[in-house]
Amino acid sequence: MELEKFYYDNRIVRNFSIAAIVFGVVAFLVGLWIALELRYPQLNGPFSWLTFGRLRALHTNAAIFAFVGNSIFAGIYYSLQRLLKTRMASDLLSNIHFWGWQLIIVAAAITLPLGITTSKEYAELEWPIDIAIALIWVVFGVNMIWTILKRRERHLYVAIWFYLATFITIAVLHIFNSLALPVSMLKSYSVYSGVQDALVQWWYGHNAVAFFLTTPVLGLMYYFVPKAANRPVYSYRLSIIHFWALIFLYIWAGPHHLIYTSLPDWAQSLGTVFSIMLIFPSWGGMINGLLTLRGAWDKVRDSAVLKFFVVAITAYGMSTLEGPLLSTKTLNSIAHYTDWIPAHVHIGTLGWNGFMAFGMFYYLFPKMYRTGLYSEKLANVHFWLGTLGILFWALPMYISGFTQSLMWKQFNPDGTLVYSNFLDTVTQLFPFFFLRAVGGVLYLTGALIFVYNMIKTATGGKFLAQEEAEAAPLAPNYEAHKGDHWHRVIERKPVQFALWITIAILIGGVIEIIPTITVSSNIPTIASVKPYTPLELEGRDLYIREGCNACHSQMVRPFRSEVERYGEYSKAGEFVYDHPFLWGSKRTGPDLHRVGKKYQGDAGAVWHYNHMWDPQEMNKESIMPRYPWLFSLEGNDGTLNTSSTEAKLKAMQTLGVPYSDEYIANWQTELEAQASIIAEGLNKNPDIDVEPNEEIIALIAYLQRLGRDIEKNEVVQKQP
Amino acid sequence: MEIIFVLITVSLIIALIFLSAFFWSVRSGQFDDDYTPSVRMLFDDETKKEETTTKS
Repeated sequence: MELEKFYYDNRIVRNFSIAAIVFGVVAFLVGLWIALELRYPQLNGPFSWLTFGRLRALHTNAAIFAFVGNSIFAGIYYSLQRLLKTRMASDLLSNIHFWGWQLIIVAAAITLPLGITTSKEYAELEWPIDIAIALIWVVFGVNMIWTILKRRERHLYVAIWFYLATFITIAVLHIFNSLALPVSMLKSYSVYSGVQDALVQWWYGHNAVAFFLTTPVLGLMYYFVPKAANRPVYSYRLSIIHFWALIFLYIWAGPHHLIYTSLPDWAQSLGTVFSIMLIFPSWGGMINGLLTLRGAWDKVRDSAVLKFFVVAITAYGMSTLEGPLLSTKTLNSIAHYTDWIPAHVHIGTLGWNGFMAFGMFYYLFPKMYRTGLYSEKLANVHFWLGTLGILFWALPMYISGFTQSLMWKQFNPDGTLVYSNFLDTVTQLFPFFFLRAVGGVLYLTGALIFVYNMIKTATGGKFLAQEEAEAAPLAPNYEAHKGDHWHRVIERKPVQFALWITIAILIGGVIEIIPTITVSSNIPTIASVKPYTPLELEGRDLYIREGCNACHSQMVRPFRSEVERYGEYSKAGEFVYDHPFLWGSKRTGPDLHRVGKKYQGDAGAVWHYNHMWDPQEMNKESIMPRYPWLFSLEGNDGTLNTSSTEAKLKAMQTLGVPYSDEYIANWQTELEAQASIIAEGLNKNPDIDVEPNEEIIALIAYLQRLGRDIEKNEVVQKQP
Repeated sequence: MEIIFVLITVSLIIALIFLSAFFWSVRSGQFDDDYTPSVRMLFDDETKKEETTTKS
């Protein structure tokens, strides 16, 4: 067999690497900023786009899709070519993938601070960007699969299996979770509502962790750890077994994000069972990664690359043990909604994802720039700063989570709550908030040293864009036509064909099926639960715009401590008109599902009015920011935009919310009537002068409605 | 909760895709040899023998 000469494309690897590093620093900076805002809410000043509620989504999206995403692509484009002994199939597709992905990130960086969001975690981007993501993702997949078909190495190394699973699963998850009915270019409503929306969201959300932050990074581990250690992986057989086990189990674990919520118990248990089973394949990966270094631990002492990998894999092992434990009801009842969850997540992202990426870049830059690493010493400094950063981040948050959870549940002997004021359980955590920011500073400092090291390495070397390589083509194993392209395609056709057909059917068919199903399921099981009024609906959209759900849940769990604190526990039937659901996942502030009852009538409206204007004036230690832009005061224009109210109501009607055509036609009368009642009530207070058309009125209308329908009559459980 | 049936169907279809990929890989001999691939990936012979000494 003749050796064929070809060139690896290093340029695309370099581009993705640079993007990953730049956006990584941005993600860390935003993270540090919002960590400080959690302690000093005044930091955002008069700027709405600097608040925690809006920037939290920017931070998570930047970390997941910009930093880790670009790192993954860099690693995949580097390793795929070498494992398959071929250049990427199409430079054009590579470039479209690169620039398309960066444009999506820029679009996210603009829209999220402006409050353009769907509110669904890690899927906050609005529908036009979602479509762009789907298209670019397909470009990536086609390029990868095409390259695989062109390969010169028959065996697909285990890393490639991980890449393939990533592509297929993320495509499906993204499409299903993003199904929404557009109202305008920048606004849409999830086709699912309430419990159903929550289930789809966390089916997606957990698998985003599984198939975006885990499987591709495991693929990178299987390439870069053996390469850096110059040792074969500990057990190739184990890698095959744990790969198949992992991808079959992961997709079922999503409901563990909804334990003790209104999701039916059996679905919660399903999530728990699969989560616990996941320990085995996850630890298969950890063991395989760490044992690859057996007999080579002396190299770890000398190589910063391997140091990063060892801590990354250890962090992976720890968080994949912690995850299943948190999926049990006992631990979940303590940890959920507290700082324990961010601690768990950051062990995964800072430790596993971040350190895998850093190790990989320390390995890649000298390779691509044909030189040695500029400074091994600085890399070691980065390693220790990063490791300390992770510990300073996570350990205080573990303590903080435990502390707050126990305070929430603490009862006096007479049966009343010891800490009935939620704020008392927050002020207790201030020292830990401070330590977390210290952790962030350490991690960021390490990352900046890393950037310097990479720049010096790059400028000290000479970039090799086209790396020459030689390999024999695949032996055609069934026909005499040597290297005949057509036959090679036909040879694999049945499997490929079936695969593409399945995906096509899946997408097409289900897009039709889902709306029908969700519409018919919107029959309320609680008769007194009614759709939102136009004003409340607009208020709800303001709640979404400001990202209130980043800090406030709307899900009272059936615990004595929560019923005592908030009121009646939340029922599935109360959320049937909630497109999207707003249960939240973190209680930096108190749960709001029963806040309607707590602050009702004119007095309640005045409380909300004053509180949104200046929370610190009402509670000196409150860490909620001010929302002056909701008011037409001090030069602000807080006029509620009602230009798409009718379109919103119509969209809701299409989704199955029972608004009559007549009701929609009269939306304006309805809205203005409700607004003037609230405004009149507020204006009775001598210190308040408010117009009915201000945004704050709509928000108050929504907040006062929250969780109240259930009071009107007894719960009627209709049989479905 | 009808959505769970959709999700289960979709999850099963993904699982079936993976299952067919698994059968394909076994039948086409992907896993006949479960040792040499792990060693082979270590050898990226560079055609141009430039010095790429790292300071490790």
